[in-house]
Amino acid sequence: MTESLLITLSIVTLFLPLLGFAVVVLTGKKFSKMYLFEMLIISATLLISLTIAFFKLSYYPHDIVASLDWFKFSNVPGIGTLNFEIGVKIDNLTALMLIVVNLISFLVHLFSIEYMHGDPRYNRYFSYLGIFTFSMLGIVLTHNLLMMYIFWELVGLSSYLLIGFWFEKKSASDASKKAFIVNRVGDIGMFAGILILFTNYHTFTFDKIFEQISMGHLPFNSPAWLTAAGILVFMGAVGKSAQFPLHVWLPDAMEGPTPVSALIHAATMVAAGVYLVVRIFAMLTADAMTVIAIIGAVTSFIAATIALTQNDIKKVLAYSTVSQLGYMIMALGVGAYSFAFFHLVTHAFFKACLFLGSGSVIHAMHHEQDIRNMGGLRKKLPITYYTFLISTLAISGIPFTSGFLSKDGILAGTLTFGKLTGYWFIPALGFLVALLTAFYMFRLVILTFHGEPRDHHKYDHAHESPFVMAAPLVILATLSIFIWYTPNPVGADQGWFLSKWVKTPHTVVPQNQRFNFMKTEEKTAAAETSEPALHEAEAPVHGEITHSEMYTEAMHASHYPAMFLSIAMAGLGILFAFLIYQWKKISADMLEEKLRPLHKFSLNKWYIDELYDATWIAGTLAFSKMLYWIDSVIIDGAVNGAATVTRFVSRLSGLFDTFVVDGFVNFTAFLSGFIGLNFKKLQTGKVQTYVIFVVFAIIIIMLVFKPY
Amino acid sequence: MAGFPILSLVTFLPVLGMIIIMFLKKEQALTIKYTTLLITGIQLVVAVVMLLNFNYNAQGVFQQSSFQFIEKFRWIQVPGVSWLGTVKIDYFLGVDGISMPMILLTAIVSFIATLSSWNIEKSIKGYFALFLLLDTGMMGVFVSLDFFLFYIFWELMLLPMYFLIGIWGGPRKEYAAIKFFIYTLFGSVFMLLVMIGLYFSAFETLADGTKVHTFNLLAMMDPSNFSANGILSPFNPSNLRFIAYIALFVGFAIKIPMFPFHTWLPDAHVEAPTPISVILAGVLLKMGTYGILRISYPIFPDITKQLMWWIALFGMINILYGAFVALAQKDFKKLIAYSSVSHMGYVLLGMASLTTAGISGAVFQMFNHGTITAMLFLIVGVIYDRAHTRGLDEFGGLAVQMPIYAGFVTVAFFAAIGLPSMSGFVSEALVFVGSFSVEGIRVLSILSSLGILLGAGYMLWTLQRVYLGKLNEKWANLKDLDVREYLMFVPLSIIVIFLGVYPSGMLNIMTTSVNTLVNLVNNGFAKVLF
Repeated sequence: MTESLLITLSIVTLFLPLLGFAVVVLTGKKFSKMYLFEMLIISATLLISLTIAFFKLSYYPHDIVASLDWFKFSNVPGIGTLNFEIGVKIDNLTALMLIVVNLISFLVHLFSIEYMHGDPRYNRYFSYLGIFTFSMLGIVLTHNLLMMYIFWELVGLSSYLLIGFWFEKKSASDASKKAFIVNRVGDIGMFAGILILFTNYHTFTFDKIFEQISMGHLPFNSPAWLTAAGILVFMGAVGKSAQFPLHVWLPDAMEGPTPVSALIHAATMVAAGVYLVVRIFAMLTADAMTVIAIIGAVTSFIAATIALTQNDIKKVLAYSTVSQLGYMIMALGVGAYSFAFFHLVTHAFFKACLFLGSGSVIHAMHHEQDIRNMGGLRKKLPITYYTFLISTLAISGIPFTSGFLSKDGILAGTLTFGKLTGYWFIPALGFLVALLTAFYMFRLVILTFHGEPRDHHKYDHAHESPFVMAAPLVILATLSIFIWYTPNPVGADQGWFLSKWVKTPHTVVPQNQRFNFMKTEEKTAAAETSEPALHEAEAPVHGEITHSEMYTEAMHASHYPAMFLSIAMAGLGILFAFLIYQWKKISADMLEEKLRPLHKFSLNKWYIDELYDATWIAGTLAFSKMLYWIDSVIIDGAVNGAATVTRFVSRLSGLFDTFVVDGFVNFTAFLSGFIGLNFKKLQTGKVQTYVIFVVFAIIIIMLVFKPY
Repeated sequence: MAGFPILSLVTFLPVLGMIIIMFLKKEQALTIKYTTLLITGIQLVVAVVMLLNFNYNAQGVFQQSSFQFIEKFRWIQVPGVSWLGTVKIDYFLGVDGISMPMILLTAIVSFIATLSSWNIEKSIKGYFALFLLLDTGMMGVFVSLDFFLFYIFWELMLLPMYFLIGIWGGPRKEYAAIKFFIYTLFGSVFMLLVMIGLYFSAFETLADGTKVHTFNLLAMMDPSNFSANGILSPFNPSNLRFIAYIALFVGFAIKIPMFPFHTWLPDAHVEAPTPISVILAGVLLKMGTYGILRISYPIFPDITKQLMWWIALFGMINILYGAFVALAQKDFKKLIAYSSVSHMGYVLLGMASLTTAGISGAVFQMFNHGTITAMLFLIVGVIYDRAHTRGLDEFGGLAVQMPIYAGFVTVAFFAAIGLPSMSGFVSEALVFVGSFSVEGIRVLSILSSLGILLGAGYMLWTLQRVYLGKLNEKWANLKDLDVREYLMFVPLSIIVIFLGVYPSGMLNIMTTSVNTLVNLVNNGFAKVLF
């Protein structure tokens, strides 16, 4: 398997789903079985992706890159050639993401065959899944920011189409619109960040940008701009990965079909934000990382507190997704890079399993989503129950699950970060969220599956899902066990995932812009100068080792405390859930009564939606109405006013013309007429009269001229 | 190819069609329509033939030798009129990388607009005759290299437009037509004054060595053709040149339309019949920005550099103001009209950057806005034909009733939003790449990016109000697209997506000329190039 063959295969796997979309969209009306074509496509995509991933992970330690010019400007004054490159980069992250995305996409396709059965737009649904898979693979495969942005927007489009799939419902079309627009807010930031980098480096390619930064060329020669670029590009992730303050679209996105929620709004697309930060990790300064860590921690906390009181099964899962994404972002902020990516992968599997499980429940309950009307479903839906339970254990961080490994790593990372920088509130929030997560997830399990059925009618009609829906659940639950990632159930460090596949990249940030624990030690620096040959031999492509020894030691020291603390937190959360909802030792109603303001605050999602509606939305609409008023009354008024004034002036000049100019003309005529009329009376025709005139004339001349 | 007057052909072919139509009888409605379709079809073919013979490496802009398909001969020559000297006006046509995209656009939009005119019922003969005359006027503006000729075509296009809105328009057609006519004429007066000023300042040396005043645009771009004391000479220390620039700019700005000269546009659009709106938004608005690039920039590079911040500012105002006002609309067509104001703002912003990326983005955006907005007006036309109303709140759920139509609506709307993979994204991105890279206007560029958020807002809200939700039972009998409508939407969708995926197809046409223009403006004057 040569490199160029791998590249070709990756391009094939990218465009196959697009082909599926195009074919099904154009023919779906005529052939009712077109969805089978889409199934064929996704199966092929999955197989090819697994092949690529296998060969990459097994045989190619280095990155495989290929690129070409999408378009370019030659002979640009002052710059030379301006290339807009597109290209593919297959590294270990890409390989792993290919597996995750295509596997979950395939399982969701399979699940949907039954779940969406009977929908009038059945074929179209599958074609939308196709365009989503295409866009998501684009994000995974790209080697540059421009293409990342392009596919970033395209997943936004597929998300828009799928959230609003049942667009007859107002709530669905509202949700899809909200998702797109809120994401655009983040995207503007991301685009601005990309512009900063492109203006300075004339390239969008990650590696070329990093190379320039590592050579000391900072954007606009200022570290502040480097920080700004990092934070601005991260804004894209804030939108796509639903981080505070742009998290509001994700819970509403649950209006889409449940398998879509599993694929797009839990496992893959929302994780793209984390993937983006992973990709730009090397250029993040200490300030940017601090911002990222805080946003992640705050998001995970807010979302966890909201999830405590929600009654819609999908809403609970949606907020838990936001919370877990916050975890990943926080992990990147504190420098626990590999654990962040690890959590992305483990979370994708167990959260997809949870969502598909909820889909199975909803399907069985005839589109009932309120957990207050469920209960006791364990007996009716055993497969769903056990797979859901395994995934819940995973998300709660119980040993022997995949979630335990990744979560534990993140918490150890925050603890280390707290120790080294003094930002203790970040680990504090992290552990608190671990407790809350275990609590609300078990609340969900208990209310849905345990106890007595609360709606007997619906319960009686419930039935376990057929094979095509059950199989994905089983597969995903299996993938939530530790064994796939490491042989040691309590430590992921030795596992092939972390020790072989995912390594923290070398940072390219200048020394004085890094955290202390990421600085290269003096000693090492001296060694580098004295032994250039050795340095060269071990030199990475560019940049320097991210973590100092101080960090490695601290991380090692945090490992066990973090593990015990996280298990304790999870256990406590589960215990509370059982005490309140299973054994009913503590009355939920009483708690609710006692903590009414807090309960309301959580139930109403911190009133953030209301706040945005009242400020941004209402403000924008009011401002637009005001501008329209100005436009039609003042600006157009001025135009019409100018016309009125012109008409008035022309009327005045008309009057002047009629009465003064023409009046003068007419007066002249009148005057000569008048004179003529009066003087004609002198012309009498009698000789005697004329003789008298002559005599008078002579007398007057004699008197006036005195000729004598 | 050499020697064949292809530009005259592409320009005056519609006049030929007009003459044929005049000889047809009123009753031969179908013949008249097919004649027009044939003529615009041939025009499109000729434009494509031009593209195939186009030399991508020829600079154009200021250099006569590198213009293509040149036709130049003496048109008017009056020898020695006392103080006036010899009056000489050339018939001078030529094409470079900046006008080529506009010629293609004009040909495409005219053809589509003919299809869209099929259901015009009132005095068909007059309509199509005027329509073809309008076509000639537009094409002429984009191929003229003589200011006098340019001015004639510019004014020529006004007359048919006035009647097309005034006779075939909606309820307030007289008001809209007069407003359009007088507003544009108001701008033309300024242009006329500057043109005459330039005429008396610039000289051209004839073959026999005598120097005569000239309307030749290319001659006006060369400072050595100016006498030291000519009123608009670059050597004249008075600020008349500055005033002339602004006067000329206002003339063009009205056409774009640039805030605050834009209020004729919503009225003209709302009253004009669909095909005329398509032409108006698709081609006419570009004449303003094209005029700035063809005339203001290379003749007044010194003033252009002084005023770039102001051009960018007005670009930003157009983008944001147009978007905000669009958000407040209740009439579908008015909303699209204001979205045009917003989208033309990107053209101004890109032009103001004086960089290759920015100006290429601007020219590309002119083309893309032409195709995308043509689609948007056709979309409004489709429901207006069927429902006879355009209120945004009167519909709902049309996607269920008219799925194919809704598919094209989705393509057009997302193209207007600037979704990657569609042409609008590339041009807007280039505008931002260009404007952001210039320190002086970086802040304006960042603020302008809010426009892409607002754009998503008003377009998606419209999509939701008209097409999504439950079907309003009142419209349960609306039919989906027929074959003719299909033929209007399919080619435009293909162009929009093709150029979104393969922008080189358009960008390569213009790069050499844009680079030349950027050099010319930044270096002051033509003679000091390279």
